[in-house]
Order: sequence, then structure tokens, then C-alpha cells
Amino acid sequence: MSLLDYFRTSKGGSASLAKERLQILVAHERSSRNQPSYLPQLQRELLEVIKKYINVDQEAISFNFEQDDNQETLELNIILPDYQAKNS
Amino acid sequence: MARIIVVTSGKGGVGKTTTSAAIAMGLAKKGHKTAVIDFDVGLRNLDLIMGCERRVVYDFVNVINGEASLNQALIRDKHCDLLYILPASQTRDKDSLTQEGVGKILEELSKDFKYIVCDSPAGIEKGAHLAMYFADDAFVVTNPEVSSVRDSDRMLGLLSSKSRRAEQNEEPIKEYLLLSRYAPDRVKLGEMLSVDDVQEILSLHLLGVIPESKSVLNASNSGTPVILDEKSDAGQAYADIVARYLGEDKPHRFIDEKKGLFGKLFGSK
Repeated sequence: MSLLDYFRTSKGGSASLAKERLQILVAHERSSRNQPSYLPQLQRELLEVIKKYINVDQEAISFNFEQDDNQETLELNIILPDYQAKNS
Repeated sequence: MARIIVVTSGKGGVGKTTTSAAIAMGLAKKGHKTAVIDFDVGLRNLDLIMGCERRVVYDFVNVINGEASLNQALIRDKHCDLLYILPASQTRDKDSLTQEGVGKILEELSKDFKYIVCDSPAGIEKGAHLAMYFADDAFVVTNPEVSSVRDSDRMLGLLSSKSRRAEQNEEPIKEYLLLSRYAPDRVKLGEMLSVDDVQEILSLHLLGVIPESKSVLNASNSGTPVILDEKSDAGQAYADIVARYLGEDKPHRFIDEKKGLFGKLFGSK
């Protein structure tokens, strides 16, 4: 590294921020790309059914769809409100 | 059989038409009979970049509708006898293109041409879809900038799911990265994504880097594809890209900063 480089790299650049944001975004968009198209609607309808019995909101339900060579897994995770909170 | 290349990006203004014109000219100059087709129905511009805007009589849509023959619509390039341009229609809308019509034209062209370059419109609508649907190879033109990189990744998703090769379970489209408007000095300052950054995010095979260059505007001003400006950096970058695509081994250039006298005196390499 030359003396010139030393002065230049000390200046703040925004490229690393761009890279970080893109890596997160692209990973997220790629994972949702392979999901079946019915998934968002399935999620909405399931939420409605669950809401009939338990008072949960959107964030309490998470879907995870995974795919490998010979199987597809749909994982549904519901966080139930805790007992104390319900009774207070 | 012809090889069909789509030049695509998702985002507008990244250099799709400049690239289409340059690589089509490059392939033809290397002795391959090449056709370049403008898929941007309603907003045609390839004719202007190729400098044949005053010779357009019939267009792509005329041929699809049977109002003109392919030979009547193809314009022979004034610089190279092996290069032909099929302009888009300026007056119709994008729905004038049909998958069947496009397929028929590409099949007919395939009998006579070695390479068919499809200049895709921006966006992911019908014109862009049809431009890539029949492709064998995809040149993904990307600028080192967040929205362009994201849109390129979106296009990669479409290439692998919504193309003929994907639908018929054939070997997938070969995808290549063309990084354009690259400014090595800004990369060095940490102001611009580097070629390594973009490759890491998109995981694509790099076909070449085209530096930000005044020669691109000069070329479009005069209607001559920039690859004919052999002295210019962008022209040389496109010539390298064509050579690499054809299997020649060319080391990558234009990735590092050009050093001025000051840099040469004080730089380490």
C-alpha cells in the first residue's frame, strides 16, 4: 500500500453499506422466490382461523419453507400469548 | 442453428441498448452473421444507436402480423455486411408482441443467422419477458449501484423460472455479468461497489467490465456502436467481451484505476 492509498482509504465510503444492505435484501428475496405462490394466502387464511380461537397477531406466526433435493418442508410456528398476560 | 442472446437488466438506463448494439457489431465483425432485434415496442431506440433510424420501413410487429416479410423488415448495417437490425414498432403497444409470433420469427432467423441478439426493454412486462423467453444465453447488464444490482437479481430469478428452457426442463440459460459504467477511482475511494462485491452478491460469471466513458455518449450521438471506436476504453471493453464470449482467453481490464503521472510516481504498483 502506498502513501497515497493511506490517505485515500481513510476517507469514508458508502460502498460497504451498499454491499451489506444488498446482501441481506438479495438473500431475503431469493428465499421467497422459491416459495410456492399460494404461501401468502395460506398464511393469511391460517391466521384468520387461529385468531378465532386465540388472540394472536401477525408477528406471532412465522412460516418457513425449505426445499432440498427430495423434500419440501413447510414449518409453521405460532407463539401463543403467555398465561399471565392473558389473565392480567 | 443460431444462438439466441438476450441483453437484459430489469432496470432502465444501465446500457442495454448500447451493449446490444456493441456486441451485435462485435460478433458480426468477427465474421458471424448476426441479427439484433429491438423488443422495446413503443419506445424503440436501437435504430438510433445503430444509426439506421432513417432507413426503417417495416418493423418487428409488421412481420408478426404478416404485413411484411422478414427480409423486407431487416435493415442491413452500413458498417458491416453480416449485421442486420430488426427495429421495434414505434406506434403499436407492447401487446402486439405474442409468444407465438416472436417464436416464429426467431425460428426463421435461426436458419440463416449465427447469433440473434435480443435487446430487452426495461421492466419485467411482456416485452422483457418475450425478449428472454427463447434465449440460450443472457447478458445481464448491471451498474455498480444498489437498485441495478437488486433488479439484476430479480431478472436472474425470472430467467431461471419463466423461460422456455426452464419450462421445458432443458439445460438452463447461461448467464453472464456485464458490469457497466464502472469507475475504478470511485471504487478505490470506497464510494462505489467493486466488481468483486457485485459478483459476490449475484454469483454470476463475469464476462467483462465496461468503464464509465465519454465515448459512449459520443457513439450514440453519431449513431455508431461504441465498439467501432477502437481507441476508446469502452470500445475495447466490448471487443474483449465479444472475444471472451467466443471463447478467447482475455484477461480482464478496466477494473483498476488508470494511473496518472502522480500515481505512477507515488503508487506502489
